[in-house]
Amino acid sequence: METLITTPPPPEEKEYNILNLGPTHPATHGIFQNVLKMDGEYIVEGEPTIGYIHRAFEKLAEHRPYYQVTPITDRLNYCSSPINNLGWHMTVEKLLGVKTPKRVDYLRVIIMELARITDHLICNSVIGVDTGALTGFVYVFQQREHVYEIYEEICGSRLTTNIGRIGGFERDFDDNLLARIRKFITEFPAVWKEFESLLMRNRIFMDRTIGVGGISAERALSYGFTGPNLRAAGVDYDVRVMEPYSSYEDFNFDIPIGQSGDVYDRFCVRGEEVWQSLSIIQQALDKLEKMPKGEYYAPVPEFYLPPKQDVYTKMEALIWHFKIVMGEVEVPKGEVYHAVEGGNGELGFYLISDGGRQPYRLHFRRPCFIYYQAFPEMIRGTMLSDAILTMSSMNVIAGELDA
Amino acid sequence: MISVITFKLILVSLLFLVTLGIAAYSTYFERKIAAFLQDRIGPNRAGPFGLLQPIADGVKMIFKEEHRPAGSNRLLFILGPSLAMATALMTSAAIPWGTHIEIGGHSYAFQVADINVGVLYVFAIVSLGVYGILIGGWSSNNKYSLLGAIRASSQMISYELAMGLSIIPIILYTGSLQMSDIVEGQHQVWNVFRYPLGFLIFLICAFAETNRTPFDLPECETELVGGYHTEYTSMKLGFFLFSEYVNMFVSSAMIATLFFGGYHFPGLSSLEHLPNLAAFLGFGVLFAKILFFIFFFMWIRWTIPRFRYDQLMRLGWQVLMPTSIVLIVIYGAIFSFL
Repeated sequence: METLITTPPPPEEKEYNILNLGPTHPATHGIFQNVLKMDGEYIVEGEPTIGYIHRAFEKLAEHRPYYQVTPITDRLNYCSSPINNLGWHMTVEKLLGVKTPKRVDYLRVIIMELARITDHLICNSVIGVDTGALTGFVYVFQQREHVYEIYEEICGSRLTTNIGRIGGFERDFDDNLLARIRKFITEFPAVWKEFESLLMRNRIFMDRTIGVGGISAERALSYGFTGPNLRAAGVDYDVRVMEPYSSYEDFNFDIPIGQSGDVYDRFCVRGEEVWQSLSIIQQALDKLEKMPKGEYYAPVPEFYLPPKQDVYTKMEALIWHFKIVMGEVEVPKGEVYHAVEGGNGELGFYLISDGGRQPYRLHFRRPCFIYYQAFPEMIRGTMLSDAILTMSSMNVIAGELDA
Repeated sequence: MISVITFKLILVSLLFLVTLGIAAYSTYFERKIAAFLQDRIGPNRAGPFGLLQPIADGVKMIFKEEHRPAGSNRLLFILGPSLAMATALMTSAAIPWGTHIEIGGHSYAFQVADINVGVLYVFAIVSLGVYGILIGGWSSNNKYSLLGAIRASSQMISYELAMGLSIIPIILYTGSLQMSDIVEGQHQVWNVFRYPLGFLIFLICAFAETNRTPFDLPECETELVGGYHTEYTSMKLGFFLFSEYVNMFVSSAMIATLFFGGYHFPGLSSLEHLPNLAAFLGFGVLFAKILFFIFFFMWIRWTIPRFRYDQLMRLGWQVLMPTSIVLIVIYGAIFSFL
């Protein structure tokens, strides 16, 4: 009998190096730690640690009236806080069964798409920074500044916006603001084009990103990937199309998808989504022009604070004002899940109400948290430089990761 | 004899000051150029247009707290930056800065040391530069520093080979390793027109030797925090950063000397009866060339992303090395039949 069985060679005694990537490292863009087992420049294994900025948002939300949960959602993905804010408002509206007017929907679409643009431009430019090209980052940051000025005009703040109210917006969009948005969408394409041409066909950039940090569609789906990272892997799942909210069904736009789910595909998918967002904003502005002005909130007196002059002059308004502020409003019992397409993927709010003034239980479905679980698998066997690119291209944001 | 020594001493101190001055103001121009490329303003607080910024930076560096990480080797920790700085400053001695100067009937070469193995000398000193980084990174007792030092040493050693091979056609043509001969050999045609490909290889290797983007892997901040100088503070850090700028200056000078005719400019020969004017004009022309290349270094840095470690090695060993060897064969054949 032929002896095919041979004793395997004794395992090589190899010494590995343990490298702590984080909690504070210039490339982590936030506070999270990776304990990497290194074989020279190669990563044998990575072990992510989370929770460095865990602020117990879900627990905090159980002790706050509905309208006070909004500022908490700001601090999830702080690169696109308006999406979080408006997503939360829509969740509460779904619980209450409120139908918002079309004009409010379109205004929300404009704000959410602006937020998506800022989110994607930060992510893509940070990929550039992590490959060593700092200049593109500075180009697009100037444009983000203009978006922040738009936020400022609507809600008074820039990063943690607390934008909108349950039922609509706190104030109407005046002509000046709409002109500002129009100015932005005419000026921004040139900058974005310049930025993309700086990196997209750059040989070094392509060598650095193509085939790096890839994930197959199956693995991505089984991890629960959504958003640009899933689309880069080739699955055309987008909450805006699958479960339209805020009248997204009225708009024409494409969902870009990639093929291999690597860093380059994510970069391209995000880049193309910015173009689609610009077109959505243009469509929304066109639709708004045909509509009568002035309607900027739904009639939900239980939640939408009445205008101050009404509070001082009308009894009804005074009563609602008192009830809202003191938390005496009736909320139906129930359980809702509402998801929006956040900058990073499907941002879900799972809300259980027991009829009290606060949520009984609230869970944020945070896409970053899900992406980060796949991180060890994606970096296994790659180089240190690849791991950093993988992390920045997944756009893992510490605020959203840790909640 | 005494007058020659005096002249050389003056030249040495002058060059020392000029090198340091250029390196110091390179930091300022680096920031200004970066600002220009990035739609920013750049430093403008210290002095008019921020011109005193390098001085302010130097003063700041000196007054910063000295810190030595636990478990590091004291001697080597200090030796690292000193070596980096010393080797960076030594290279400029062999570069001819101009033609001859006539003072009181004597003719002096506008060059500190016209060694007959000038090119070899420069390469030898440049190779020593890697020890500064290696020792500094290793003695810091930090994993990021160590990774940076490893990257630096392997990168510089690999690219030195291609760099050395890329100029062999020039040496074959000139028939001398003396820097002044190489410059004189470009009296009619600059070497860059004779060996465009060799120039390209040399340029790429110069980027790698000075650790500039796209080859700034030893210190890439997004991966290795600060690379080999992560643990360094105060003027020791300053020395490392400063030596990079000195190296950039010297590399630019080498490029200008080896490939762009050094101090040569059209019409130099018509100034033969005015040797001093010719020398100083040549000096100015050489500096213009050097400043252009310093600008070029910065321009690239703020435009292009950096390589990955394995790609860098592949480029060095599989592209640049074979190409330069093939070039040697081709040019060797051409010169032997001419």
